[in-house]
Amino acid sequence: MNMPKSLAATEVGETVRVVSLLAEGRMRRRLADLGLIPGAEVTCLGRSPLGDPSAYLIRGAVIAIRRRDAMEVSVTTE
Amino acid sequence: MGLTHSSTGHGAVDGGLAIDRKQPGDRVIALAGNPNVGKSTLFNTLTGLHQHTGNWPGKTVASATGYVRAGERGYHLVDIPGTYSLFASSEEEEVARDFLLFGGADAAVVVCDACTLERNLNLVLQVTEIAPHTVLCLNLVEEAAKKRIRISTERLSAALGIPVIAVNARRKNSVLPLLALLETPPASPPVRVDYGEEIEEAVHRVEPYLSASLGASCPTRWLALRLLAPDASLAASTARHLACDPMEVPEIARAVEGARDMLAAKGLAGDALRDRIVERIMHLAHEVAAEAVTVPPPGTCNRDRAIDRILTGRVTAYPAMLILLAVVFWLTIVGANYPSAALSRLLFSLEPPLTNLFAHWHFPAWLTGLLVDGVFRTVAWVTSVMLPPMAIFFPLFTFLEDVGFLPRIAYNLDRPFCACHACGKQALTMCMGFGCNAAGVVGCRIIDSPRERLLAILTNAFVPCNGRFPTLITVLTVFFVGSAGGMFSSLTSALLLTAVIVLAVLMTLLATCLLSVTCLRGTPSGFTLELPPYRPPQLKQILVRSVLDRTLFVLGRAIAVAAPAGAVIWLLANVSPGGASLLAWGAGALDPLGHLLGMDGVLLLAFLLALPANEILLPIALMAYTAGTSLMDYGAGGELRALLLSAGWSRETALCLVFFCLFHWPCSTTILTIHKETKSVRWTLLACALPTLFGMLFCLVTHGLFALFGA
Repeated sequence: MNMPKSLAATEVGETVRVVSLLAEGRMRRRLADLGLIPGAEVTCLGRSPLGDPSAYLIRGAVIAIRRRDAMEVSVTTE
Repeated sequence: MGLTHSSTGHGAVDGGLAIDRKQPGDRVIALAGNPNVGKSTLFNTLTGLHQHTGNWPGKTVASATGYVRAGERGYHLVDIPGTYSLFASSEEEEVARDFLLFGGADAAVVVCDACTLERNLNLVLQVTEIAPHTVLCLNLVEEAAKKRIRISTERLSAALGIPVIAVNARRKNSVLPLLALLETPPASPPVRVDYGEEIEEAVHRVEPYLSASLGASCPTRWLALRLLAPDASLAASTARHLACDPMEVPEIARAVEGARDMLAAKGLAGDALRDRIVERIMHLAHEVAAEAVTVPPPGTCNRDRAIDRILTGRVTAYPAMLILLAVVFWLTIVGANYPSAALSRLLFSLEPPLTNLFAHWHFPAWLTGLLVDGVFRTVAWVTSVMLPPMAIFFPLFTFLEDVGFLPRIAYNLDRPFCACHACGKQALTMCMGFGCNAAGVVGCRIIDSPRERLLAILTNAFVPCNGRFPTLITVLTVFFVGSAGGMFSSLTSALLLTAVIVLAVLMTLLATCLLSVTCLRGTPSGFTLELPPYRPPQLKQILVRSVLDRTLFVLGRAIAVAAPAGAVIWLLANVSPGGASLLAWGAGALDPLGHLLGMDGVLLLAFLLALPANEILLPIALMAYTAGTSLMDYGAGGELRALLLSAGWSRETALCLVFFCLFHWPCSTTILTIHKETKSVRWTLLACALPTLFGMLFCLVTHGLFALFGA
């Protein structure tokens, strides 16, 4: 297992696994509802034209998340 | 951009939760589901209502209800907002949760997207905890099959302990068997989420007290879980709907406090407790999915990724958006040109026979004037100018909406909106504004943060709604393209209109930015947006829906406003108490301000009179210019130009009219909607003043520049 890093640091095309959520309150619940819970697999699919937000494949759905919010998700490469 | 009867204006705001049954035996069915899984489509197919659907998350912002009969039984279907869960992290989730809890539904149907079933199961499991009778309705199975996702409905049903039916929500005979499933009560209770020893123990301590004071009909297990992890919005809702807050009952409060302490001692309080609950549900969802779903190896679904690489690519995204916009406008202008002229000729040719008929019936001259020169002429104008562009623009826009392009616009534009401390979803509500600003304002409910929602509401009228497009197209074409006609001129018109729209979007951003550094300060809140798969459009549906629902509805509303407005303007033009007509007097009074803004008094008066509907702006101005003359057919470009030139128009007038048409007070329906949504006179006034100030500034500067450098 590699060192945990933030979801915002994943490269386009990279697949990572969620370690923990650092976000609090509403955003924490929102991210968890989308399937970002420890152990979940996430693939970074691309970035929007101005670099932020990025699109992630989470449980079969494509979800756009801003860099600020993706920073709050700790992930690891396998 | 829902522009149907139910989604604009007064009908747009949801009422209470109670559903009145038509007959005692009727059933109330709640339609739940993740956003964008085809819930509204299923609702329409079953009820035949034209609830607005489109391929983007979050259209059902208020609950819609419909009625369907099958055999002896009547069903009231309630389309509740799409949600990912019932933990209420947004207003829509709160509405969904409250209806399921307190709406008195006999059964719940959870519509699921077969392509993302595992995530959908999260909601299914939460609903089964509340609703006694839940049915899983699996939609988009064919789309999943194309992605080589296979689902066994038998195994799914066995694993969940609830009936499961696979449907194609677009086909009536495919969805009818669903109603039969609602007839048979469940034989056994659904699968139960195991929250682990500690939490189960805590629930066990609280639940008996809840059953004792709230009765068996209340989902006590669910409520116990929510009381353990305190939820302010739920507390408010229970207090409102149950007439008593459970925590006010001393025994319950004691049991809950005791259980909370027990959990806290084991490290399960606040976020940790909530996380555990969410994780347990997710894990069960994962297990059920593993049981029933076969997913192909990753890397499939390349078609969507390839399209996304162009439509959201670093270099290609913005050009692609602009080109698509320009193409839509070009098709609208080219396509509307001929039918507009034909319609105008036809309608105006009816004027002499109508006058003769009235003369034959010995109508007094003033009545004939009022009816023919006032009412009929204005209605003819509105119809010939409005109908063709709408009948083309609406289907094209619906097409873009249907295939899933709008969320990509929001994705591409999120960065600029974020820089203005706003939400990327504001781009979606802005797009709805192109159809109708009132619908756009209601649509702002998809934005979670109250501050960001207010930003979106206050700036929605900065984009021109459909009622303003014909004015813009006509003025731009007549004054800046010339009447040469042909391919080149229509292309130039389309590009000019695109430029005007880009200006409107930039001003939306500027206004948003100004608001968020002055009276609506704050940091942008979190933003997540689902980018749905591209779906083949339903061509027949698009045509039926956009022509019948939107075009005719909007035209009907325009005519309903235009007819009395025509009468009023005729009276103003023909009642002359002291020599000059009231119209001349009013226009004269407004003339100084009008000229300062690069226009004239007549146009300002027209803007004021067009408050109920922007569609009638140009017809009113033309009526005023031609009052007293025998205007016939001015539908063709050349004649219109001549008429406007003789009324003293120049390019400056046209340009200022375009600016003021873009930026002035919203129409009365939008103003009422803004008031309803913000519940504040101050914000409503600001929503009117802000675009007006922008418009005046633009016009003043334009007037000044023309004065400096000459026309």
